[in-house]
Amino acid sequence: MAIRERMSGNEAVATAMRQINPDVMGAFPITPSTEIPEYFSQFMADGLVDTQFVPVESEHSAMSVCIGASAAGARAVTATSSAGLAYMWELLYVAASSRLPMTMAVANRALTGPISIGNDHSDSMGARDSGWIQIYAESNQEVYDNFIQGVTITEATRIPVMICQDGFITSHGVSNIELLEDEKVREYIGEYEPEDYLLNSDHPLAVGPYGTAPYYMEVKRQQAQAMKDAMPVILEAAEKYGKITGRNYGFFEEYRMEDAEVAVVVIGSSAGTGKAAVDRMREEGKKAGLIKLRVFRPFPRIPLAEAMCRVKAVAIMDKAESFSNSGGPLFSEARSALYDLPQRPLAINYIYGLGGRDITVEDFDRIYDELFAIEKSGDPGDVYRYIGVRDSRDGEGQER
Amino acid sequence: MSEKQGKMTEIRWHGRGGQGAKTACLLLAEAAFFSGKYVQGFPEYGPERMGAPITAYNRISDEECTVHSNIYTPDHVAVVDETLLSAVDVLSGLKEGGVLIINTTKTADEVRDELPGFEGPVCVVDAKKISMEMLGRNFPNTPMLAAVVKASDVLDEERFISDMRKSFEHKFHDKPEMIEGNMKALQKTMDEVRVE
Repeated sequence: MAIRERMSGNEAVATAMRQINPDVMGAFPITPSTEIPEYFSQFMADGLVDTQFVPVESEHSAMSVCIGASAAGARAVTATSSAGLAYMWELLYVAASSRLPMTMAVANRALTGPISIGNDHSDSMGARDSGWIQIYAESNQEVYDNFIQGVTITEATRIPVMICQDGFITSHGVSNIELLEDEKVREYIGEYEPEDYLLNSDHPLAVGPYGTAPYYMEVKRQQAQAMKDAMPVILEAAEKYGKITGRNYGFFEEYRMEDAEVAVVVIGSSAGTGKAAVDRMREEGKKAGLIKLRVFRPFPRIPLAEAMCRVKAVAIMDKAESFSNSGGPLFSEARSALYDLPQRPLAINYIYGLGGRDITVEDFDRIYDELFAIEKSGDPGDVYRYIGVRDSRDGEGQER
Repeated sequence: MSEKQGKMTEIRWHGRGGQGAKTACLLLAEAAFFSGKYVQGFPEYGPERMGAPITAYNRISDEECTVHSNIYTPDHVAVVDETLLSAVDVLSGLKEGGVLIINTTKTADEVRDELPGFEGPVCVVDAKKISMEMLGRNFPNTPMLAAVVKASDVLDEERFISDMRKSFEHKFHDKPEMIEGNMKALQKTMDEVRVE
């Protein structure tokens, strides 16, 4: 029997961590993920976990703690956000290239410049080339489910995993959730039995040595292969999880896509807002659909392209700028994925929701109206657009 | 009960940092959860400082709500600090017939006099007085919560009162005097306030 509860996304992640009962947690508090180590510290104080909690002076050290712990053979977790994730940057690559399993909760938030505490995806999108698996959530339920699956994925792939949720929107928003019983979580993740680890004196090894030119590139090639091999592992973890919860996950979720003519592709909590707009469109007889991308790394290039190519026009949404003058990170990759298909939809990009800017059902209505207009005219206009900004570049009346 | 079925109620809270508007919003989400509802309770964060205007939101429904935006056309508005009336457009987007629930010593007519053009229903609650009388301290959250439940008609009152007793018993298991005090504040508010 599932446990019906209500809690914030942060409490949901902390609860998943308590049920996982990791060996080590290294953490430094930063808004808006601070509540996660706070809740976890309470669980420690209450004697509910036997984790070695290592409070450190910076995120750089928090990641170093996880690297040391994972190399030693421990199951390690941490949590961070925004500038905290940026401060881990150098070490993210060390964890990934050393093939050290660990699970990190990220409450997505803008990077500074100007100073902001608002939600967007610029922190984890900036870390997209670090070699970590990235899984995003729409709700507190999904971030809880993803974190538990993340443990099995990281240990099976030996790739560190980032479990992302929208800072404040879901991290601090309280809503209904169904939790698993502790024993079911522990049965699902199993005991961690690392293949090689520093504390195994029978098999001494070096971790993180200098990668001279004759070796460095082979390490990178192996990381790339591991990311490719992670694809079926992610699906297997989801399938096994679906069997015990009834909640099914894939690389992405397709919402009312069966007969859709136009679609939005979006990551995170805004997908829920977009679904409400889809429902409204459908009531008016307009065939709108939505694809919510859950797994961004590895990028599900082929299945995503196949899902998108069933519609005539698609709006790909980015909650992060990459200042490429060619669209945001999701647009660049998703649109590139369409290139190999003979029949492909017209694709436009919207940058939205930066630094906590709200996006509403009415905003999505406008996007769908624009997509239907593009479907009709066959002319996408300027594909690189903004929505929800006080600026002329908001997509209306744009020339190519 | 019929009008409480199938309909989504959206409530927007206005307060000042440190006054507990966020806490009251989360308490309402909790109370609605206990009543078997789907709930959302979320604050809007800005630069966090004591005394700065803050906003918090509730969605309460019999069906899951996936919308994650702020609330621009609330069914009801709750104002924890009456000095906000001159600082923030608390009535922005308030639906026709929506109740303004406000913590004040004034009467409903006096509140309306301060809001030119507003002729909608008002529910005044002297949360400080009720809290001082029943708890001996100024914790306006419990009276505000009770006033919102009474005025919005979003929850079954009897169920709400029994759920809140359980909640207080859990929260204050080591401070039993707070359980009775809060329950008295809750009951007194439910008995006294009305929508005018």
